[in-house]
Amino acid sequence: MSMLVPFGPQHPVLPEPLQLRLELSDEKVISALPVIGYVHRGLERLAEQKDFIQDTYLIERVCGICSFIHSMTYCMGIEEMMNIAVPPRALYLRTVWSELHRMHSHLLALGLLADAFGFENLFYSLWRIREEIMDAMEATTGGRVMLGSCCIGGVRKDIDPAQAQFVLEKLANVERALKRPAEVLIGDYTVKQRLVGVGVIDGKKAYELGAVGPTLRGSGVLRDHRTTGYAAYGELDFEPVVEQDGDCYARTLVRIGELRQSIALVRQALGKLPDSELKTPFKGNPEGEVAVRAEQPRGEVLYYLRGNGTDKLERLRIRTPTFANIAPLLTMLVGCNLADVAVIILSIDPCISCTER
Amino acid sequence: MRLFSIFKDILSSLVQGPVTRDYPAHPRAPFPGTRGKLVIDETKCIYCGMCARKCPAHALTVTRKPDQEWRFERFRCILCGACVENCPKKCLALVDRNAPDPAAPK
Amino acid sequence: MMTVQENLTLENQQERIGALLLRGYRFVTMTVVDVGEAFDIYYHFDLDYEMTVYKLALPKGTELPSISGICFAAVIVENEIQDLFGIKVVNLAIEYERHFLLAPDAPAAPFCRVPGVGVTAVATDGKGNLSAPPPAPPLASAPADAAAMQGGVR
Repeated sequence: MSMLVPFGPQHPVLPEPLQLRLELSDEKVISALPVIGYVHRGLERLAEQKDFIQDTYLIERVCGICSFIHSMTYCMGIEEMMNIAVPPRALYLRTVWSELHRMHSHLLALGLLADAFGFENLFYSLWRIREEIMDAMEATTGGRVMLGSCCIGGVRKDIDPAQAQFVLEKLANVERALKRPAEVLIGDYTVKQRLVGVGVIDGKKAYELGAVGPTLRGSGVLRDHRTTGYAAYGELDFEPVVEQDGDCYARTLVRIGELRQSIALVRQALGKLPDSELKTPFKGNPEGEVAVRAEQPRGEVLYYLRGNGTDKLERLRIRTPTFANIAPLLTMLVGCNLADVAVIILSIDPCISCTER
Repeated sequence: MRLFSIFKDILSSLVQGPVTRDYPAHPRAPFPGTRGKLVIDETKCIYCGMCARKCPAHALTVTRKPDQEWRFERFRCILCGACVENCPKKCLALVDRNAPDPAAPK
Repeated sequence: MMTVQENLTLENQQERIGALLLRGYRFVTMTVVDVGEAFDIYYHFDLDYEMTVYKLALPKGTELPSISGICFAAVIVENEIQDLFGIKVVNLAIEYERHFLLAPDAPAAPFCRVPGVGVTAVATDGKGNLSAPPPAPPLASAPADAAAMQGGVR
């Protein structure tokens, strides 16, 4: 005899409203049906009514956690459509801010994951580290969450040596403060009991269902769009982090590995900042169609832009990584216990405001 | 089997004390360049309306005839700085929220 | 610039997309653009960081066969285009009946720009405001997800 339990949209553990209609038999989940639409704002349609320069500020606000990478991908799309070359210093600065966003996003995700299995102390320890990164972002751009520093043709603000030194100090603090919570998350017996073997999806199935990001890399498939070398990633060395087991523990290890890698990437980028102007001036309106992709903390994001020669875009389409991760999530939930549903949902790092735009 | 590994973190937190400051007794000095609010130097404004055209949130309204008026709806502002960049007379600025307002003329 | 590798027709859509999936391509997304008399539907696939795009021109009012039978990942985006563009998609693996993203009293097909056969567009006054609120479609007598709730104990 099966029972229908709605998980969400209001749930203490979920950062954003998402409803999953779970069909349960005793404690095991038989199937799950996602119901979304609670934060649909119609941003793609709104973007058609503002001109393409104002859209930069609109696109930043698709999501609060990965906001800079959204505006950077949009600017990359317009630059490709209009053949604008971005100066090297701007590429490096964009990389620095993208990696800062990646760090604070992973810390947020790990904290919420700890909260999902009830470990609030670890949740607060991880979010305490996040404050250092928010300070670094506020000192360099003026905003903690919405940076407003990416523009078409480059960046709007510079990082001078004093600010770069401040960012490096904050990174040293983050690295030091991350050691103990990471040890707990990786090594503690109680945490492993909740994460190992839970929400397993194997690499081939994840790939076929369209998974991206740590959800895919935790199952042994190496796909990291940063290896294609957009922005300044082509000139920095890094190794994408891959784990083999495909369970929540593997995805957590991927995120912790990427955190440490991001610290190294920001240090490399700040050490190698070239001297050039900050943005290239341009004239004219976008025309044609282009599809660009970038690597957000949750996976690969795709932007499709079509312009028709006027200053308003004809179509702007955003496919965010959580949108692609919903289908694998439904597969991961089959066969798990009701108590593990929250852990599995948060291990894919859902960003529903991105999903519904 | 490692248990209670959070205790090291708890002990070090107890020793180092709280990371939060006791605001409002000790507010933090704002970072230079923090975007908190928009201020205008009215003596320099020529009421061209450029800021109103560039604002993505329609927070600014500028009229020239019959009266010169520059109207700003603070709750609509998203602090993007498009108006600041496009003002030909550079009379707009984004400053910290607690910075004193420039003294109003008249 | 994005190049379209192949233009599909309604007849060869299943077979050509199935051929791509068998060769190991990953489904990325579908994009729909309203071009007046028809919809331009793009299917984006990826293999080793190279994107392949197939295009299907769908006249307005025609039904679109779903690819969620061969590619389950597409079910989410196909329900979304049903809601937002008013395209009728048949043979969906999970059917939300136009209530995936939009509430029951939301305007129908809000992303359509040019009214055409079978879709209603929302009129705007050029400044981004709706010129008149559209009439609300009648609320279904039972909630659209009544089928999902049957067999469950509340």
